[in-house]
Amino acid sequence: MSNHDQEKNHRPVKRNEMSRRQFLSYTLGGATAFMAAGVTLPMIRFAVDPILKKKSESTWVKVVEEAKVTNEPQEFKFNIHQIDGWYVSDPEQTAWITKDEQGNYFALSPVCKHLGCTIGWNTEKNNEYVCPCHGAHYTMDGKNLSVAPKPLDEYDLKVESGWIYLGPIKANTRV
Amino acid sequence: MLKNVYNWIDERLDITPLWRDVADHEVPEHVNPAHHFSAFVYCFGGLTFFITVIQILSGMFLTMYFVPDILNAYKSVDYLQHKVAFGGIVRGMHHWGASLVLVMMFLHTLRVFFTGSYKAPREMNWVVGMLIFFVMLGLGFTGYLLPWDNKAYFATKVGMQIAEAVPIIGPYVKELLQGGDIIGAETLTRFFAIHVFFLPGALLALLGAHFIMIRRQGISGPL
Repeated sequence: MSNHDQEKNHRPVKRNEMSRRQFLSYTLGGATAFMAAGVTLPMIRFAVDPILKKKSESTWVKVVEEAKVTNEPQEFKFNIHQIDGWYVSDPEQTAWITKDEQGNYFALSPVCKHLGCTIGWNTEKNNEYVCPCHGAHYTMDGKNLSVAPKPLDEYDLKVESGWIYLGPIKANTRV
Repeated sequence: MLKNVYNWIDERLDITPLWRDVADHEVPEHVNPAHHFSAFVYCFGGLTFFITVIQILSGMFLTMYFVPDILNAYKSVDYLQHKVAFGGIVRGMHHWGASLVLVMMFLHTLRVFFTGSYKAPREMNWVVGMLIFFVMLGLGFTGYLLPWDNKAYFATKVGMQIAEAVPIIGPYVKELLQGGDIIGAETLTRFFAIHVFFLPGALLALLGAHFIMIRRQGISGPL
């Protein structure tokens, strides 16, 4: 009788399989986690969309005729096209555009690198950019002389058929 | 690892009795679909709650983009629906869930009615359930206006006329709901506030009372 033989040779088997209870709780937990993820993942993706969105490429904006720019910094206003979610507008921007000794044009942002006030040219009659808030001073190239930790930012600039075009803001390249 | 974290917290705060009290209860045989398949009718209350949780979550996320203002409401809904990733899904959950929660709640009410579960000692829980029903209707009514499209506007107009038809107090109720003489800017902000703060607050309080009463009184016996 083979049955009998087996009985004889029977030794307690060490079982590594999981118990029925454990299997069921894993199944239940897995199904719950799957459903919870199905509900929450779309919402999380929805919420983090702004940081995953492709940044819109900024375009060149025609600002002023080349001939109007002098060796003395001058303030020029221009409008950029801005799409802010569902709000589309053309906010006004300001740039201080100058021609240097070599005849190169450069445009500086008027935002003080100290705490973000708006700077002005030569308001203290010393041929410097001055910030009215905490007295930061900058040279014509935007180099920070006092208070501010960094030089003034610069606009990307190109000249095309007699007109100056400005692009995105970048760190100062002149100092 | 997780077990160690749990034990560490449990040693200090004794949290096991807390969740045991909430979760560790035997399901009576007559409400367990594994024993009698027809017992699935006892699931409708839980399903209503499940969808309510989805409504609260999806609603919270929708307010990240929505603006309750007559100039921007439609534009912001259009933006979140078409330009934001999964916008259609998240708004779809809130849109379809709003109808589904009413369906589930109605089925739950039918189950309670036909099993006679509203009888003593559970009359108060029936009343709380009815209050939840009206809060849900209010949430549906106020939420319907928020996208500020034609459907929303004219549905609310009809709703206001229904309110106005109430004898004596009707016109006052209408003006109070509208926040003015017309359905406009003030109606939209008012409905938004009611939809996201007042009614959800009332709903959570009522749901708490509903569940505590179930725990106190137990599930009604078999037919």
